[in-house]
Amino acid sequence: MNINFTLISQAIAFSVFVWFTVKFVWPPLLRAIEERQKQIADGLAAGERGRKELELADQRSSDVLKDAKQRAADIVTQAEKRAAEIIDEAKSVAKVEGDRIIAGAKAEIAHEIFSAKEELRQQVSGLVLTGATKILRREIDAKAHADLLTAIEAELK
Amino acid sequence: MAAELTPTSYINHHLTNMTTTVGDGSFWTLHLDALVMSVMLGIMGMGFLWLIVRKATPGVPSKTQAFVELLVEFIDSQVKNTFHGNRHVFIAPAALTIFVWVLLLNAMDLLPIDIMAWVYEHVFGLHNWRSVPTTDVNTTFALALSIWLLTIFFSIKVKGLGGWMHELFCTPFGTNIILWPLNLLFNMIEYISKPLSHSLRLFGNIYAGEIIFLLLGMWAATGVSGAFFSAILGAGWAIFHILIVSLQAFIFMMLTVVYLAMAHESH
Repeated sequence: MNINFTLISQAIAFSVFVWFTVKFVWPPLLRAIEERQKQIADGLAAGERGRKELELADQRSSDVLKDAKQRAADIVTQAEKRAAEIIDEAKSVAKVEGDRIIAGAKAEIAHEIFSAKEELRQQVSGLVLTGATKILRREIDAKAHADLLTAIEAELK
Repeated sequence: MAAELTPTSYINHHLTNMTTTVGDGSFWTLHLDALVMSVMLGIMGMGFLWLIVRKATPGVPSKTQAFVELLVEFIDSQVKNTFHGNRHVFIAPAALTIFVWVLLLNAMDLLPIDIMAWVYEHVFGLHNWRSVPTTDVNTTFALALSIWLLTIFFSIKVKGLGGWMHELFCTPFGTNIILWPLNLLFNMIEYISKPLSHSLRLFGNIYAGEIIFLLLGMWAATGVSGAFFSAILGAGWAIFHILIVSLQAFIFMMLTVVYLAMAHESH
């Protein structure tokens, strides 16, 4: 156990190794570790943000769903109302149309009756005239009574 | 050498460093084995860390990178608890160096001492080659004194020369001028005892461990029963020594951190 030059040489070796570690070993590893810590922190923050966004999206989607349901219900109600309106309208239109048709038919019938009556009347007057002519032919001058006949004819009309 | 194998020659053989002379006087000798082993182990340890760290990715780490990170974060958390400045500039990497290096140096104690001696002798042609640099007091003193100089350097750097002088003369007892010699004496004792206890604790533990292995080896040479019991006890001691080796490396590192942290704090 004697102190000698080994001490100095070992001290030099020691300082070289310490210098090497300070310079080349510690900084890159520390950088890597700190970088990873940052990445993990970022990842956790991103996860937290994602969770919040999911929560928000959930809420938004439920809002949208609720709104859509409300609107669908509104639309159905409106449609039902509109359908009822259309039915009522159609009913009234049909009623008017029916009344019109009935009125037309009635007018037609009246007209038919009138023309039938007219025809009958003309036929009757014709027959009467013929009969009368036949009767009167023998004794009455046609010319002399023509005025009378025309008068009768006019009366019969 | 085998012809004159006695307990004394056996232990002497294992406790003799390989020396080379670099100048005149007994100080200018160099323990080649301690220097070469510690430089080799340092290059291995720091080189391993460097190779892994060079390819370190912030993404999913490889298993080796995870191991290195585990080690680094262990050291870093120890330093963080003790030192409250910017530890990344110097103290934490220095603590990592000390822990890894001293652990590797101590771990050489677990190599079977006589097999290694045979390998050194017959493979490398080296007579008297000791595996464990921390059983050489020069190594532990080199570390402790470097750290001691660093504590003085940091004391002056942080508090200024005046602040350091003030601390030497006015703490721990008070600023009264009558107390100055007492304070200085007290601080001198502290400054001397710190590197001594720091280095001798490590040296003593590892040296004692090696001596136990040597004694067990001597017992093994006495016969079959000696070989049997010394093998069992040697295995037990080696297993226990794993604890001592890592514990001493840890204590040495922690004391370094504590001394350097104390240098940064004013009283």
